[in-house]
Amino acid sequence: MPAERPTLSRVLSEYGIGAAFVLELTLFSVLSPHFATVDNLLNVTLQTSITAIIAVGMTFVILTAGIDLSVGSIVALSGVLTTVVLRADLPVPLAYAAGLGAGLLFGVLSGTAAGIFVTKFRITPFIVTLALMTIWRGTAFVITEGRPVWELPEGFSEIARARVSFLPLPTLIMIVVFALAHFVLTRTKFGRYVYAVGGNSEAARLAGIRTDRVLIQVYVLSGLLSALSGILLASRVNSGQPNAGLMYELDVIAAVVVGGTSLFGGRGTVIGTLIGSLLIGVLRNGLNLMNVESYVQQVVVGVVILLAVMMDRLRKR
Amino acid sequence: MASPLLAMTGIVKEYPGVRALDRVDFDLYAGEVHCLVGENGAGKSTLMKILGGAVQMDGGTIAIDGRQTVINSPVDAQRLGIGVIYQDFRLVDELNVAENIVLGQEPAGYGFLTALDRKAEHRRAREVLALLGESLDTRVSAGFLSAAKRQIVEIAKALSRNVRILVMDEPSASLSDHELNNLFAIIRRLKSEGVGVIYISHRLEEIFSIGDRVTILRDGSRVETGAVQGMDRRTLIRLMVGRELEQEFPKEDCTPGREILRVENLKAGMLKDISFSLREGEIFGIAGLVGAGRSELAHVLFGARSRDSGSVQLNGEDFDPQSPGEAIEAGCGLLSEDRNRYGLILQMNIRENVTLSNLRELVRGLVVDRRSERTVAERFAGQLKIKAPSVEVSVETLSGGNRQKVILARWLFTRSKLLIFDEPTAGIDVGAKREIYLLMNDLVRRGIGVIMISSDLSELLGMCDRIAVMCNGRITGILQRQEATQEAILSLATQFAEAEDYAG
Ligand SMILES: Nc1ncnc2c1ncn2[C@@H]1O[C@H](COP(=O)(O)OP(=O)(O)OP(=O)(O)O)[C@@H](O)[C@H]1O
Ligand SMILES: [Mg+2]
Repeated sequence: MPAERPTLSRVLSEYGIGAAFVLELTLFSVLSPHFATVDNLLNVTLQTSITAIIAVGMTFVILTAGIDLSVGSIVALSGVLTTVVLRADLPVPLAYAAGLGAGLLFGVLSGTAAGIFVTKFRITPFIVTLALMTIWRGTAFVITEGRPVWELPEGFSEIARARVSFLPLPTLIMIVVFALAHFVLTRTKFGRYVYAVGGNSEAARLAGIRTDRVLIQVYVLSGLLSALSGILLASRVNSGQPNAGLMYELDVIAAVVVGGTSLFGGRGTVIGTLIGSLLIGVLRNGLNLMNVESYVQQVVVGVVILLAVMMDRLRKR
Repeated sequence: MASPLLAMTGIVKEYPGVRALDRVDFDLYAGEVHCLVGENGAGKSTLMKILGGAVQMDGGTIAIDGRQTVINSPVDAQRLGIGVIYQDFRLVDELNVAENIVLGQEPAGYGFLTALDRKAEHRRAREVLALLGESLDTRVSAGFLSAAKRQIVEIAKALSRNVRILVMDEPSASLSDHELNNLFAIIRRLKSEGVGVIYISHRLEEIFSIGDRVTILRDGSRVETGAVQGMDRRTLIRLMVGRELEQEFPKEDCTPGREILRVENLKAGMLKDISFSLREGEIFGIAGLVGAGRSELAHVLFGARSRDSGSVQLNGEDFDPQSPGEAIEAGCGLLSEDRNRYGLILQMNIRENVTLSNLRELVRGLVVDRRSERTVAERFAGQLKIKAPSVEVSVETLSGGNRQKVILARWLFTRSKLLIFDEPTAGIDVGAKREIYLLMNDLVRRGIGVIMISSDLSELLGMCDRIAVMCNGRITGILQRQEATQEAILSLATQFAEAEDYAG
């Protein structure tokens, strides 16, 4: 085997997905006249932003050879908590600080709990986060008695609708999150440790890395970003919905894997995840524009996920 | 004398079914090389893992500079200035060479947003590698490196830290003389700087050339500690094995029979114009420096790597395996040099590992016949003296040398016609080495062709009928047993070395 440069192979694997993505964009531009418009494309990024932000956290988790199934439920419960606090007649700036703070804090706590169960009690991430998934979902329904939380302060829905010059705010947040995450993963000590722990955790431990701490931090990050998405979603629907974010974990994992991150850990990038998220987002959007029925859409999305991953593997040969 | 740098007293370590260490005392002074020897499974690595904080002891005390200390984790050990080069490679395949070398020593402060200085990392890594006389590309992922290069990175990793106590657990297992000399030069320099070095090796001549004192462990207990000067090879072996060992290299003379393997003008990657043949009853050695292409040749013959041109005949038939599976089918087996990566399935037990490549033979109807599987595994475990409570224990718990024996057992069970041994005795104790040589004798007597790649010249000289020497992907000479000497081999092995320095 010739000595291959890691960066080269990483670029190649992203290129595989990149090619699929370009192909997809071209195809829809030809098939639908409404697709390649600035408004529609911005709309796609807006719609994708919610799951894409979660996918960033998931990428970190999967890089350590873990998994986080609780993200969808965190989306719901953080949205519910934020909206419930917002309704509690506090003066305006304080209401927002408390509301958003409650949502985000919950994400952090959930991630900490997951991390502690995984590291200190040595329970597999799959089981820990599966349990948290049902616990938080149940809690969201208990708090709301199964009904959405309506009648929120005026400005709340503005968060998701605001624009910074021409960019929707959620899109901007998504870009910032990806840029930061890319920097953290490729340039910082924490990023290096994430790869090391995922690649060979025993080697990392013996090198003097506190692997438990790295793992906990990774789950905290995933929880925090899920909560952020939960708040954005609540703002978009202008309510706290206990059944928000159902099945998000699967969409998110799909985006990460399509983006070339290995489920066995140690290999992957957030750029791949970004393209993976957009690939799936564009697909949904394009199919909608072409009036494809939603049941059929599911089938198509599944097939495309398989094809994209396959293309990636073939490229890597 | 001043108080020792390190004093380990009454160390006990229990594993289920084995007492790995039984009240062992061990000490180390600044500026000395203290060697640790013993048979496979004697407890050498376990003692060092305790020192490195990788495992916890069940009893005993550790003092550094005369002060009692507790070592609960690798972090503690590092803080105390203890560096350990572990026996099984501990590199992260996905990270590159530089990243592996500096792993865990990234500048303090845990800022999420503080960037690492990658240029400085590569510079640092190159500096340390240069000390070892190595010019590896620091951007290559560790996963692509050969066993010897991994070993070098492993050593560089430990050297890059400022340590007061440096443990080397069989650092030389896959190094050839050239790299070994560099390593020894470094050890001497560290010594003069007052670093205490603990050196573990099964190649006893190394003990005599680098060691000041030596401690012998047997079955988890300390047998003796003494100055290397007052000791000779025979005594050392007797203390290790517990009895007198006759004849280290039990070479038997066999009259070569018909031809088993013929390789003609083989070309593949770095390999050029490889031609040789192998006869029944012959042990064919391959010598050369690390990177000469010896393992590549083995991989090509084994179908793990494709060839560009040339022909190979096995038992008179064309032999061009496209995969290891095909090679095994045709009767060719390879004992890989990097047993942890290519050989063993660590989660499986000894029995499953032994029978893995030849389950066919054990299938009755649709299921694997457990009883005969167990009989087979136990037979080989007994023949090779694999030290384990039973064949049902996972190979992960075995000592390094015993893992090697498990792989050997697997190939013996596949009934191969051609067996390629790539560093078969790396990390194996003298007694077991002799068992392996005896087994080789047995194999050739049964008409199996044996190719032995080794960096240990004395074993090549002791056991082979002919020795091919490789350098830069070519065979630079094939020596008959009678004409082979250490000097002859070394001069053939370095034939193009200077030329290469300019080229690259
Ligand atoms: N994790 C473990 N679980 C159970 N037994 C173990 C474990 N690690 C080591 N042992 C056992 O402890 C004993 C000592 O092993 P150790 O690795 O220290 O031997 P060693 O002297 O380094 O041998 P070698 O020369 O083969 O490397 C062996 O019998 C081994 O099987
Ligand atoms: Mg050992």
